[in-house]
Amino acid sequence: MSLVISQLINGLQSGSIYALVALGYSMVYGIIMLLNFAHGDVIMVGAYVAWLVIVSFSLPPAIAIALAIIACTVLGVVIEKVAYTPLRKSPRLSLLITAIGISFLLENLAQLIFGAGSQQVPTLITGPSIDIAGQHIGFTAIITIVVSVVSMVALTFLVQKTKMGKAMRAVSEDMGTAQLMGINVNSTISFTFAVGSALAGIGSVLYCCAYPQASPTMGAMLGLKAFVAAVLGGIGSLPGAMLGGFCIGIAEAVVSAVGLSVWKDGVVFAILIVVLIFKPTGILGKVINEKV
Amino acid sequence: MKKNSTIIPMPFRYLINIVLFATFLFVMNSLITSGAISKYYAGVISFIGINIILAVSLNVATGYLGQLPLGHAGFMAVGAYTSALIMKAAAGAGIAFPFALIAAGLVAALFGLLIGMPALRLKGDYLAILTLGFGEIIRVILLNIDNVLGFKFTNGAAGLQKIPKTTTFLITFIFVGITCFVIHTMMKSRHGRAILSIRENEIAAESCGINTTYYKTLGFVVSAFFAGIAGGLYAGNIGILNPSAFGFMKSIEILVMVVLGGMGSMFGSVFSATVLTALPEMLRSFASYRMVAYSLVLVIVMIFKPSGLMGTYDFSLNGLLDKLILKIKGNSDSGGGKALSGKKEGNANE
Repeated sequence: MSLVISQLINGLQSGSIYALVALGYSMVYGIIMLLNFAHGDVIMVGAYVAWLVIVSFSLPPAIAIALAIIACTVLGVVIEKVAYTPLRKSPRLSLLITAIGISFLLENLAQLIFGAGSQQVPTLITGPSIDIAGQHIGFTAIITIVVSVVSMVALTFLVQKTKMGKAMRAVSEDMGTAQLMGINVNSTISFTFAVGSALAGIGSVLYCCAYPQASPTMGAMLGLKAFVAAVLGGIGSLPGAMLGGFCIGIAEAVVSAVGLSVWKDGVVFAILIVVLIFKPTGILGKVINEKV
Repeated sequence: MKKNSTIIPMPFRYLINIVLFATFLFVMNSLITSGAISKYYAGVISFIGINIILAVSLNVATGYLGQLPLGHAGFMAVGAYTSALIMKAAAGAGIAFPFALIAAGLVAALFGLLIGMPALRLKGDYLAILTLGFGEIIRVILLNIDNVLGFKFTNGAAGLQKIPKTTTFLITFIFVGITCFVIHTMMKSRHGRAILSIRENEIAAESCGINTTYYKTLGFVVSAFFAGIAGGLYAGNIGILNPSAFGFMKSIEILVMVVLGGMGSMFGSVFSATVLTALPEMLRSFASYRMVAYSLVLVIVMIFKPSGLMGTYDFSLNGLLDKLILKIKGNSDSGGGKALSGKKEGNANE
């Protein structure tokens, strides 16, 4: 029984990280219909920044966390300005290929600069573990789950209740009309990228707490699984991204628990295929009719 | 188009190309067998052929159909393992290599059908991510299936070894010729036009009575078939198969070839597959920068020339000859030399 609970908590912890990344995917997808392949690699950059700050400049972890989040935010906006803005009027295919290109560029640059091997990231967050009903729960697991839930709630508030959120929703509905209504489309999209990338930054810090390593390709698989989570929950839906993240995390934990951990990646993509065939809108997504 | 825009009559147009291609094959083959081209370079040339097949076949799905499958390496892996297992099992039985290749293509096509039917009901990004997932699943299965089944099948991470090295220059480039010919004639037929109409506007195509699901699946299956053949040739060329060779990275490499050459241009695919295979061999010392350069190429091409180097332009030898004949005749009215058709012949000019 205790094994089941501990696996469940493991699943929730990795699920929370997926959820944070999936939120970023979902926001960007919602506003410019772009599958931002580079999102996962932004996380990788965040992890390297944290590692660099602590190991090379020997600064305290708190500064490393702050710098990692800031670096991710800036990187997200820069990517949007340099690579995606010039292509806003091009076909979706060009945009998607550009996103893949950026993703590869970041991975290979990291490999060139830091080497192909992984770097050990020192402990970022420490705290007391808690015992609930005789079950030992690590501090990082609690922090991860709490931070991701708080982020989701804050994000929902931002999108639903603030003026910027209203602008974001308007742009995602109809970019041209939003512009006519006096909304600055460019800054709204940049803001969305900034928020999404900041979430990726938080995700990278939490990821480093769970698996203290930074490697050039760490973001690729994480990003893809987070995308699966976003699709599973219903892309464009914030609570859906959260729900999808938890589902994927727990599914992975279950697969590992029954001793099939080598099939973990396969199972996640099998979930994706099943969802796309039977309910392409996801659990909480809504149907969008294509206009001619 | 004008009625008499094709000066050279039809059967001759094919004949010219076939003769030129056969001459190219013969000259290159005798150069290799006589040792004028070293064994190492012969291997590189075979790789160029394999990459041409991969790029041209991906071009069907990306350039003509307008989808973005990211699991092309998965089909290649299926074909490679099929052909390798057949050749290993039949080492003494003397099964001809071409049959193993056709079998590899058919199995890959079957996988293409299986993954294509659900995937092609989806749009752009979903299709990309689904095919990507499929490619990863193939890789995971190839890595782990031995542990599940309990016998030596793919040999897991150690890789399938001692595959008979049956790929020669001649067989590779005969298949290159077949691939280009089949895809070219298919794209000039009504099926090809239906596929192009889906790229231009899927909703409009559907409202014109085109069965979009059928044609999308057709394009996808053809693409997978030739990827399987390329995989079989790859297995026979390298002699060792390892699942990690067929990862996401490989799919992107093929995509770069198609995008750089121009989506929808077979000549572009052939050209960029040749350059992008030969160039890294010459620039060995810059090997670590290769993937950085590839990704930069993707982004820069998309931003500054989204149609790729060639756009949708296709080189036509007969079109060129037509123009020449017209010029000699002194008939210089505009557009008179515009060719309607002609088998594209990228290889004859290498």
